[in-house]
Amino acid sequence: MAVQQGTGPPVGSGRLWNDPRARSIFYQIVLATAIIAFVYYIIDNTARNLEARGIASGFGFLGTPAGFDVAMSPFFKYDLETATYYDVLLVGMSNTILAALIGCPLATLVGFIVGVLRLSSNWIVARIAYVYVETMRNIPLLLHLLFWYFLMVGVLPKVRDALSVGDSIYLSNRGLFGPMPVPDDGFWIVGVAFALAIALVVAVVRWAKKRQNETGQQFPTVLVSIAILIGLPLIAFALAGFPLHWELPRRTRFSLTGGIVLLPEFAALLFGLVAYTGAFIAEIVRAGIQAISHGQTEAAYSLGVRPNVTMRLIIIPQALRVIIPPLTSQFLNLTKNSSLGVAIGATEIVSVWMGTTLNQAGQAVEIIAITMAFYMTISLLTSAFMNWYNTRIALTER
Amino acid sequence: MAGFEPFVRTEHCPDLPPPRGQTGIVHWIRVNLFSSPFNAVLTIASMYLVYVTVVPLFTWGVLNADWTSPNNLDRACQSEGGACWSFIIVRFNQFMYGFYPHEARWRVDTAFAILVISLAALMIERVPYKKYIGLFVIVIYPFLAYFLFLGGGVLEEVETEQWGGLFLTLVLAVVPIAVSLPFGTLLALGRRSEMPIIRSVCICLIELPRGVPLITVLFMSSVVLPLFLPPGTYFDKVLRVLVGMSFFAAAYMAETVRGGLQAIPRGQYEAAQAMGLSYWKMMGLVILPQALKIMIPGIVSSFIGLFKDTTLVVVVGLLDMLNVITAATAHSNWLGTNIEGYVFAAFVYWVFCFSMSRYSIYLEHKLHTSH
Repeated sequence: MAVQQGTGPPVGSGRLWNDPRARSIFYQIVLATAIIAFVYYIIDNTARNLEARGIASGFGFLGTPAGFDVAMSPFFKYDLETATYYDVLLVGMSNTILAALIGCPLATLVGFIVGVLRLSSNWIVARIAYVYVETMRNIPLLLHLLFWYFLMVGVLPKVRDALSVGDSIYLSNRGLFGPMPVPDDGFWIVGVAFALAIALVVAVVRWAKKRQNETGQQFPTVLVSIAILIGLPLIAFALAGFPLHWELPRRTRFSLTGGIVLLPEFAALLFGLVAYTGAFIAEIVRAGIQAISHGQTEAAYSLGVRPNVTMRLIIIPQALRVIIPPLTSQFLNLTKNSSLGVAIGATEIVSVWMGTTLNQAGQAVEIIAITMAFYMTISLLTSAFMNWYNTRIALTER
Repeated sequence: MAGFEPFVRTEHCPDLPPPRGQTGIVHWIRVNLFSSPFNAVLTIASMYLVYVTVVPLFTWGVLNADWTSPNNLDRACQSEGGACWSFIIVRFNQFMYGFYPHEARWRVDTAFAILVISLAALMIERVPYKKYIGLFVIVIYPFLAYFLFLGGGVLEEVETEQWGGLFLTLVLAVVPIAVSLPFGTLLALGRRSEMPIIRSVCICLIELPRGVPLITVLFMSSVVLPLFLPPGTYFDKVLRVLVGMSFFAAAYMAETVRGGLQAIPRGQYEAAQAMGLSYWKMMGLVILPQALKIMIPGIVSSFIGLFKDTTLVVVVGLLDMLNVITAATAHSNWLGTNIEGYVFAAFVYWVFCFSMSRYSIYLEHKLHTSH
């Protein structure tokens, strides 16, 4: 019996509004028209408002001299005389990225330690970890930041009485000052050696894996890799005649200059972000480990696998599948939450760009659009990377 | 075989006590605190940690603390090494209501009392007439609260500039969540729609707020939103913040709803369609009621997140509870009371967030009906 396969309009009263496809096209046209009209309305209003306030739109203001100083610019030479708004944007972006790059690993470390401690068989240790998690994550992040900032500025000694270690490290309420490494001529050799070391490690890992697949023999890959990564650049460094000197911080009467510095605002931001996000990550880690059936542990033990090997090779790799997706969103949260630095004057993008620059230049639409685009880019890149990683470690099912 | 009496026990044999060392506090301590040398070291280290944190805190916060409510501010908190709770006691009303006029504060109390009572009635299972209470909360209550908070007519008018404290915090948390429920549901349905234009618009409206920090949304609503409106339109500051936060909350709510919708088996959709239900009937009568059960923990946790995020309104100059407190610590009478202020704020936020998260866990257990 032949089955009729119809793709034409369904049988009905034959009217147009009873055809789902026609209705769907109609709805979409209505929505698109409404959105276009709405966007036009907004653009028209904005143009008239800007005209009334005498603000010229466009990105020309990026080249205007900024005229204010930014306290921290670790990657760029920020010169008060010549700096433009564009430089301010670069410094703000790099500081936000720096906070995220330092904050995420530290928060992960805290989260893993606390998460594992919460599952400890030791009652008091598990309780302390529980109290830590419930205290930290139920208090607003802004309060964390204000508290840490108050500790940094209010409790640490003044510059005059700065705690110092051998005239090279100073701790005061202006921040932590330390010696900064300054590369001399010929330092590039070390960079080349480091690149060479990475290539060598990749080769060693491939060879070791191939040999283990073929013969079953194991190779101490991790130890050898670390030795290569540290040893090769060090040898190159010595051969080139140690092309590096340290710039020490100098103490003047009222301030400290030079060297590398961790400002109290930035330190408070990092402490707050790590303590807060660490509590969330701890819960994720705990849930991830608990999600692995206890039968996995028992099966490993019955095969004679030692406990720490069981944890490392059987439980953790499976738990990671559960942990990675929510961990990604915590990394993103940490990056976005670094915007709260504006409340304590940490020089990240919201503070120097959406705060100071917006007040001075008045180009609200452009500045907010750039800031949002910056955060969107980070979000999308992180999601893309983590999705890739997630598919790589995902369970291969039928 | 004669003379052989089989032994049959007729009375119940009493239970023997467990072996020595297997019960009681000593056994508990041995198993939970000193099960191995490493655990013993951990236990002792942890006890020391508790000792060095709890004892000074207790001394500072309770033993040496000043709890008086002095009429003469000059004599307040002269003792060293103790917390100055007088600061909190004297300023307590301000922390709760901000600069809301004294004689009108009963209106705030009434509005919140009504909300708490009706929500409690909705949450307790045995209360009858849930339908009417729910309708009251959704349809009548917003207008009632609006009238009570802002005044007008018989009541004295109160400008939103005078709003502040915990009152403003609660308004800033409750209104966006309430607004985000319908809008988030619509966005989630749109994201799962088969019409490409509707789907892409919804994806943009969901992913844009989720990709940026709330602070940028707040800046946008306070700086850029007025530019979008016809010149000369006056737009209240609190309302602007509420619009921004609702937009933000709706995007997160949409993802919570989407999670709930995805958890409903496909058979439910197909069965509803086979019964001839239209799209909206299928969603309203079959899918969403089931999805709601799965969504409740997610909704509560986004409410907790939003409640904590209300503190960010400091960047647009609103005085929610945290910012009223930090402003008060800068007053010349109360210099050096930062820590007391922070501890009090942390306590209030903690109580709210912790109890809500406990309630969500309770609900999760209660609604876990599948196995």
